[in-house]
Amino acid sequence: MIAAHLPILQVVIPLIAAPLSVFCRRPALAWWLAMLVSVVSLYISIALLDRVLDQGTLSYVLGNWAAPWGIEYRIDAANAIVLLIISGISTAVLPYTRVSIAKEVEAHNQGLFYTCYLLCFTGLLGMVITGDAFNAFVFLEISSLSTYVLVALGARQDRRALTAAYTYLIMGTIGATFFVIGVGLLYMMTGTLNMADLAQRIPAIGANRTLVVAFAFIVTGIGLKLALFPMHLWLPNAYAFAPSAVTVFLAATATKAAVYLLLRFLFTVFGTDFHIFGPALSYLLLPLAVLAMFAASTVAIFQVDIKRMLAYSSIAQLGYMVLGISLGTVTGLTAAIIHLFNHALMKGALFMALGAVVYRFGGAGIDQMRGLGRLMPWTMAAFVVGGLSLIGVPLTVGFISKWYLIAGALESGLWPLAILVVASSLLAVIYIWRVVEAAYLDEPAAGATAGEAPAALLIPTWMLVGANVYFGIDAGLTTHVAEQAAHVLLGSAT
Amino acid sequence: MTIANFIDMAFLVFLGITAFAILKLRALFAVVMLSSVFSLVSAGLLVHLDAVDVAFTEAAVGAGISTVLMLATLALTARREKAPTRTHAVPLIVVFLTGLALVYGTLDMPRFGDPQAPVHTHVAPKYINDTEKEIGMPNIVTAVLASYRGFDTLGEVTVIFTAGIGVLLLLAASIREPDGLRIQTMDHHLVLRVVTKVLIGPILLFALYVQFHGDYGPGGGFQAGVIFAAAFIIYALVFGLENARAAVPGQAVRVLVACGVLLYGGVGVVSFLFGENYLNYSVLGSTQVSGQHLGIILVEFGVGLTVAAVMVSTFYAFAGQNPPIGDEDW
Amino acid sequence: MGGSDFLGLFNYWIVIVLMMLGLYTVVSRGNLVKKIIGLNIFQTSVFLLYISMGKVAGGTAPILTGDPKEVYSNPLPHVLILTAIVVGVATTALGLALVVRIKNAYDSIEEDEIQAADDEMEFGVEPAAKDGPP
Repeated sequence: MIAAHLPILQVVIPLIAAPLSVFCRRPALAWWLAMLVSVVSLYISIALLDRVLDQGTLSYVLGNWAAPWGIEYRIDAANAIVLLIISGISTAVLPYTRVSIAKEVEAHNQGLFYTCYLLCFTGLLGMVITGDAFNAFVFLEISSLSTYVLVALGARQDRRALTAAYTYLIMGTIGATFFVIGVGLLYMMTGTLNMADLAQRIPAIGANRTLVVAFAFIVTGIGLKLALFPMHLWLPNAYAFAPSAVTVFLAATATKAAVYLLLRFLFTVFGTDFHIFGPALSYLLLPLAVLAMFAASTVAIFQVDIKRMLAYSSIAQLGYMVLGISLGTVTGLTAAIIHLFNHALMKGALFMALGAVVYRFGGAGIDQMRGLGRLMPWTMAAFVVGGLSLIGVPLTVGFISKWYLIAGALESGLWPLAILVVASSLLAVIYIWRVVEAAYLDEPAAGATAGEAPAALLIPTWMLVGANVYFGIDAGLTTHVAEQAAHVLLGSAT
Repeated sequence: MTIANFIDMAFLVFLGITAFAILKLRALFAVVMLSSVFSLVSAGLLVHLDAVDVAFTEAAVGAGISTVLMLATLALTARREKAPTRTHAVPLIVVFLTGLALVYGTLDMPRFGDPQAPVHTHVAPKYINDTEKEIGMPNIVTAVLASYRGFDTLGEVTVIFTAGIGVLLLLAASIREPDGLRIQTMDHHLVLRVVTKVLIGPILLFALYVQFHGDYGPGGGFQAGVIFAAAFIIYALVFGLENARAAVPGQAVRVLVACGVLLYGGVGVVSFLFGENYLNYSVLGSTQVSGQHLGIILVEFGVGLTVAAVMVSTFYAFAGQNPPIGDEDW
Repeated sequence: MGGSDFLGLFNYWIVIVLMMLGLYTVVSRGNLVKKIIGLNIFQTSVFLLYISMGKVAGGTAPILTGDPKEVYSNPLPHVLILTAIVVGVATTALGLALVVRIKNAYDSIEEDEIQAADDEMEFGVEPAAKDGPP
């Protein structure tokens, strides 16, 4: 009986846990609730992925009202994998959060922190699993609003968290409003909000100026949330000044959910037959992706604060994902989706390692990194493996992503792109090497005595590092699911 | 051009003038008041466009709560905007291009008021035709909001809940505990004191009326929650925050904030127990219509509860900040 | 494009002008409170756009009157906009709470003054300033 309701339970369990956590007097109790919810959600997302791979697209109608009159949840391989990423990262991050947040957030705020965290979790899951365009907006806003608050909680360490949160709020709300305008225009021309229904009605309308403008607004709106270059201005500060555990969670999940939404609207709702689809991908998304890859990586090299450096690196990595999307082929989409998964693992591990440094030193600038190879050997080792993954060294997940990306570029006959991918990876080598050099070849700053990070921080870090290596060696599962997802999105038979 | 078109245009031109004034004026108090006027006139236009529920909510939320929060923020921050120093060429160009794109998009749209537009022929007719027999209430908007698209409304309650929690997280630390005559009250003004006492009862009654009558006329949980909160806010403004906090303590409000969401989510969970999909209210009663009625009353009540509690708690958070303002300082 | 076309689109065009006025206020003004007010105007105008598309000429509010020949305006945009209004006020509340905190931390709510304070801190004097007194 429960099995039939798994799709809705994926969202309802965290959604009900959030107000329940308000009643938890002590933060430790709130943490336990969040941990329990996260583990249950992980189990549900694994079960859903399993079922999708077995049976194909799942559908669940809320209130038993048939779509398009009611709201429908639709799960296929594309969103099942994103659900898995979100719940998996949450389960890995929460043990880390307990210790990290205890130090970085004021004592009286710690209980409600977990409420906000659960709300963000709910929003991300709800946004990804739904098959209704307006429902996606509502849950997008739930996740966004809670994110603004979570980022602002870093104000205890650095007041710039407040301005970062404010800028993120303004840009995020503009993006969400653009998205609503686009959905409104789509609704005006088709009369429906259900994504599958839209996909059927849009081709029937043909070349239509309103649909083109709707397309533009939806892509721009999602692009703002996704930190697509040049709308990425909010991301570096938000990642740099948020509490470390929040940065880990956001870097690994929030932008991925936005990438999924872009995929869903581009390929499922509008479809490859939409008359400006091809030009939009080749002349808009592709150049922006390449710009992101190079410009962001270059800026990353000059950053003093390592968190900021990794934030710019994230913008570049999102460029890789959008590059895969803009190729529009099965291999290109497979590359994008694999990188979605792999980047979550990479950045999760890297930011966790940095968070351990912040825990010991109160900051993560290049100065704090000097001599860290000796002071915090395990943390630095984790950083090195994560960095190798970012560059794309064989035996790590980064290599798998780059492989598929290059294969996709070559398959489309765009070998200059393949060269560009390799070139930007070399830029990554530069900024990772800076940190490694400071950690292993420099002397620690005078008076630096902090020891290795506590086990509560190290164990989740090494779990993600292990996942990096495991899925780098045995990528069978991830590539299989990504290929399924790519086929579903492109509407082709497997 | 008919009278209706003329009225529409008049409203829109008035809104345009107000928006332009908001852009240009630098006295922030005037700007906030004009934004309140903007919301109120929008509400008028919305009534003219047949969106009575929306007009009600816009008036309560936009002209009411938003204005209160903005004024509270002004009291804590600044009175005037600084004169702009840089040129605004880039924003102007970007905004102009965006506007142009939108105008381009309108060219293929169905004309205003066209009854054959896709929106009126595809999904909407079923709502209009079947609400009577499937849900049995006259207000179609409430039927769609609370039942057909009830999950969206659960998301909406969660959004308000998030805002309430967020404001608590951001501002709770700087709330000063009351110490005697910290905040000046306004109860030395005779007219304010008497009128407030007279009004609070009817305001609360009206809120309850709007809450439960939302099935039959314009109204529902959101509007009711805001009006309910307004009664507490006016009490706090006139008689002092300490008295308001004594009547409804912050801790109790916090609990109520969570309870509303739990009630709404819980109704959906009950559907599980009967083997139906989430938020299927038909199982709550012996017939589909009675089940839908009960379900809608419960979830709307949950909405009203959370909205009222969040508004009151947000007001407490803003009003409890330092420094206090006496009338002369304005 | 005939006369009735013009009237049919004129509503939308003025609403677009309102949206752009709101958007311009957000991006061009440096005062944090004014930006939020601009955001509100932008969002309210988008709501007017949605509701305009739901209006049926000669229709009435979508509350059943019992008259079988009655024409009703479309209820679905109303439902969507009710949700959107609430999302808008939630954003406004959080934005204003952030402004109050920023004022406490920086003693200013003008964007350029705040940026100057941050630049001075980053490139001038260390260590990082903490938030205002709790």
